[in-house]
Amino acid sequence: MIPVAFDYQRVSSVDEALGLLATHGDEAKLLAGGHSLLPLMKLRLAVPSVLVDVGRLHDLSYVRDAGDHVAIGALTRHRDLETSELLAAQVPILAHVAGQVGDPQVRHRGTIGGSLAHGDPASDLPAVVLALGGTLVARGPGGERTIEARSFFEGFLQTALGPDELLTEIRVPKATIVGAAAVRNGTTGVALVNMGSTPLRASATEAALAAGASIGDAAAVAAEGTEPSGDLNASPDFRRHLATVLVRRALEEAAS
Amino acid sequence: MRVRLSVNGASQEHEVEPRLLLVHYLREVVGLTGTNVGCDTSSCGACTVLMDGESIKSCTVLAVQADGTEITTIEGMAQDGAMHPIQEAFREHHALQCGYCTPGMVMAAASLLKEHADLTEAEVREGLEGNLCRCTGYHNIVKAVLAAAGDREALV
Ligand SMILES: Cc1cc2nc3c(=O)[nH]c(=O)nc-3n(C[C@H](O)[C@H](O)[C@H](O)COP(=O)(O)OP(=O)(O)OC[C@H]3O[C@@H](n4cnc5c(N)ncnc54)[C@H](O)[C@@H]3O)c2cc1C
Ligand code: FES
Ligand code: FES
Repeated sequence: MIPVAFDYQRVSSVDEALGLLATHGDEAKLLAGGHSLLPLMKLRLAVPSVLVDVGRLHDLSYVRDAGDHVAIGALTRHRDLETSELLAAQVPILAHVAGQVGDPQVRHRGTIGGSLAHGDPASDLPAVVLALGGTLVARGPGGERTIEARSFFEGFLQTALGPDELLTEIRVPKATIVGAAAVRNGTTGVALVNMGSTPLRASATEAALAAGASIGDAAAVAAEGTEPSGDLNASPDFRRHLATVLVRRALEEAAS
Repeated sequence: MRVRLSVNGASQEHEVEPRLLLVHYLREVVGLTGTNVGCDTSSCGACTVLMDGESIKSCTVLAVQADGTEITTIEGMAQDGAMHPIQEAFREHHALQCGYCTPGMVMAAASLLKEHADLTEAEVREGLEGNLCRCTGYHNIVKAVLAAAGDREALV
């Protein structure tokens, strides 16, 4: 499978990337690790005429302690999240989940920024950033803006990012409990993967917990308000059932 | 676009189309056909090579993305006519049948052993989850990688 021919531009600064996006508009696509985009291009489901390779913007690969939160450069690879000592100490759920993505080869190439910007409801890292109540930082022609993870995912493979914007940083609050749910400051965030066209917060579960419900009762409503689709792997009903089981297990793990 | 990179220690420089995949560059331009294409969809790991020492699936990387890097393929493992200890372990433990997955398995194992000081059987199995074998049932592959891991002196 060979992608349709395209122009390739490797940039050495964010400004250079933004300049190319401004010039080429919808025709251009950013290339980070390429582990979502290249498979789509090989299937010819994506046919950008210009690829802007940001993969060498090493300045955007970092995990930093920023006081009340941890700041992660958008070009940080899954492997670097998995092995980050700072994340292991401050946001272990993110390090743990990054270590579950795909396989070692995928983790050597794929980046957190690419995973979020791709907006696949089946992806793992978007759900964790959503559960943690993270914030995304983007740069575009008008300068920098921050977007709450809650309002970032708009639809299947659709995010709040404009075609002329580049994701530069992901900020996540420190949360020291490992699990598919993260507990912090007495509030609980629970996010669901593949239960609709975007990653979702399990709001019914969160509200039940806030109102003092037991883990079992809160988990039982995890699928409320979701519209999972059916495919080869699972029917919508099975997915709804799984959500209640997995959320219960995650809450038990987070509480223990 | 012009790419310059090192493949198994030898400098290479070629004019390539941006859409050329690294695996096709290695096989068809450089002429090293040890790296196989199994699925072409980043699932099977047959195309695994090392890029700057780390395992990657060369069917999901463009040759232009490899510009300036050091690539190691299965052909670069044996030194001075002697097989690499991982290759030796594969032979010793009968870790292959048809052999199609083997170059990718050996390269994935090389990266795994580099990243982990000690490996349990479970860690080897998980570390090779990106590589599929349709013949062996994995048992002897895992045995070979554990044997190579236990013989680190020889691995360098
Ligand atoms: C075999 C395989 C298994 C996988 N398994 C999993 C899994 O288990 N769980 C999981 O969550 N994911 C999985 N993935 C997806 C993987 O995590 C991807 O690496 C990730 O989704 C995309 O990151 P990337 O850096 O490769 O992005 P790319 O493919 O380079 O880009 C993806 C999209 O994001 C855009 N983009 C990239 N960077 C930026 C940026 N900084 N700003 C704005 N837009 C940007 C691109 O233009 C493109 O549209 C798998 C992928 C493969 C190939
Ligand atoms: S051919 Fe590359 S992963 Fe199968
Ligand atoms: S030995 Fe045949 S696929 Fe592994």
